[in-house]
Amino acid sequence: MSVTFLGMPADRPFPRNAARAVRDSQLRFNLRKATRTIRARRASVVAEAPDWAGLREAGRAIKEHTLRNLDRYLMQLEEAVTAAGGHVHWAADAAEANRIVADLVKATGETEVVKVKSMATQEIGLNEALLEHGVTAYETDLAELIVQLGDDRPSHILVPAIHRNRAEIREIFAEHMSGWGRPAPGDLTDDPEALAEAARLHLRERFLKTKVAISGANFAIAETGTMVVLESEGNGRMCLTLPRTLISVVGIEKVLPSWRDLEVFLQLLPRSSTGERMNPYTSMWTGAAEGQEFHLVLLDNGRTRVLADEVGRQALRCIRCSACLNVCPVYERTGGHAYGSVYPGPIGAILTPQLRGMGSELDRSLPYASSLCGACYDVCPVAIDIPSVLVDLRARARHPWPERAGMAAAGWVFERPGRLAGLQRAGGRLRRLVPRRLPGPLAGWTDTRDLPEVPRESFREWWDRTDGGRR
Amino acid sequence: MRVALFVTCVNDTLFPDTGRAVVRLLRRLGVEADFPRAQTCCGQMHANTGYRDEAVRLARRGVAALRGYDAVVVPSGSCAAMIREQYPKLAGTRGPFADAVARVVPRTYELTEFLVDVLGVTDVGAYFPHRVTYHPTCHSLRGLHLGDRPLTLLRQVKGLELVPLPGAEECCGFGGTFALKNADVSAAMCADKVRAVLDTGAEVLCAADNSCLMHIGGMLGRQKSGVRVMHLAEILCSTETAGVR
Repeated sequence: MSVTFLGMPADRPFPRNAARAVRDSQLRFNLRKATRTIRARRASVVAEAPDWAGLREAGRAIKEHTLRNLDRYLMQLEEAVTAAGGHVHWAADAAEANRIVADLVKATGETEVVKVKSMATQEIGLNEALLEHGVTAYETDLAELIVQLGDDRPSHILVPAIHRNRAEIREIFAEHMSGWGRPAPGDLTDDPEALAEAARLHLRERFLKTKVAISGANFAIAETGTMVVLESEGNGRMCLTLPRTLISVVGIEKVLPSWRDLEVFLQLLPRSSTGERMNPYTSMWTGAAEGQEFHLVLLDNGRTRVLADEVGRQALRCIRCSACLNVCPVYERTGGHAYGSVYPGPIGAILTPQLRGMGSELDRSLPYASSLCGACYDVCPVAIDIPSVLVDLRARARHPWPERAGMAAAGWVFERPGRLAGLQRAGGRLRRLVPRRLPGPLAGWTDTRDLPEVPRESFREWWDRTDGGRR
Repeated sequence: MRVALFVTCVNDTLFPDTGRAVVRLLRRLGVEADFPRAQTCCGQMHANTGYRDEAVRLARRGVAALRGYDAVVVPSGSCAAMIREQYPKLAGTRGPFADAVARVVPRTYELTEFLVDVLGVTDVGAYFPHRVTYHPTCHSLRGLHLGDRPLTLLRQVKGLELVPLPGAEECCGFGGTFALKNADVSAAMCADKVRAVLDTGAEVLCAADNSCLMHIGGMLGRQKSGVRVMHLAEILCSTETAGVR
């Protein structure tokens, strides 16, 4: 089985990445401010929706139905796209998808492409792959541009530069824009309008020059063969309309049966992601427009394997809104890089180990990157029960031996009430000997917290001695 | 009505005051609870850390111990949620274990549910002249959906000044073995919770879960803040004539 690549190297386990992140006060400040702002905005537009629960249930049901009949809808999609003059390609993994896209670009004779923000192409590391073929990909989403110019990695699904504040963005623009095209003005300030204007001028030049565009899609309608992209800036629409060749890399789980299903998702997605009633730009296209060429690359990259898992398959319902990231107390304190995948946060913690498998220490640690507080499940617009999937993945992870020993010992004690009572009696006698600082993995507790005092008498002993307080 | 107290292993071993408070509170309200001696631990730690086989063994023991009662009262949102939400998943749909779970689950109540929904009481006749803030723990809030029940009970306590906790619905960072496996993140979350508690000026922080309180209280203690943590049951048990102990 090939190793599923997810756009980032998987080296150190999550707790070590996280330990470093929580000590970065600038990062903590940026994340806290950004996630809390967007969290509040989402909460208010969800609260005002007349029947959010009904909408959420419809979203869940449509996705569930589609996934159960995925084979049929994908074939229907291929037929519809082909009938509308598009070309459909099937990619089993990242390498195949990258090869298909590179060949398509090379066939046009171009060496530059513009990109619409897309998670699928991040996932397969398309930009890096194209570069090996002598093709430069230019990100045109403002946040992706910041990440690309800063030679950085995305840390959020929707706002990939969430870990940066505007002072840092000004520095990145001033220093690196000139290396990629039109330079930033010499008197650039960190005023958001000035930053947006610098990006606009830089990107407009690029849009007018480039003849090939690459996108993903939020939804692909099987009935009509229509691709749908939701965005805020209009830069995506520039890419989707100006170039002569358009290549869309789309995960197979993005298909929706019919046009009318969009009614549900065009309400769920903007409210959950940017906290808007409606996103500023919704672009839809069916096949190829006159004088243009359209290619659809349908990407598996581990998805059919996930689909085979009865508990984990619900992760494929995800519409990449990021609501779970914005509400997650762990993500808020670690940021996205700690997750070692383009899919961070709670959804990343269940998606990455399923797509990539649990071979590496990082991937085995991801299902544990959660206190199981359940906030992610509450906000998920397609009701993915993330805590349940986390627990299920934990049951399949290989556990370190000291933990296995501890759990076995605890299990042995709890198996007989007499053993528990014996331990409690011993604890009561030796209570003064409990040290303030514990060794090994238990030091994680006592470094920052006092231990509770061990009582002289357990509840059980009290009950027996006093007949439940009646004596 | 035959009522069993499922005290939980954490309360049994480390916080017996909470168990005693539940017994006395229920007795005051006319309910004599049994303590089925065969009970040990609900198995949540094993289940949530990925040790399903051990969790199943403990769940079997749990439902066997609680068989035959009309109601099971659990002074922990987290352990009650374990029984109600996870036992059915561990038991599957068929067989004697699944049947036993199906009998116990609808009869299992977190303490405030039992008081408000089963006994229909919101004023339990308690007296507690202190400034108190309440932290809704994740499993009592998002798992069991306890809603206003704990606050409704606290508002009726004579002398008690209830102050709202800012960001109350955010997790304190305990998460069972999460506190050890991701100690840095857990401590960072706890530090924010502690700051919120201190901002209220409360003397006492209460909750429906001693495990979360052990975590927050551990940091409050380490910081020598002077703020006490107390299980909700202990506040509801307090009267003008008798303290908890």
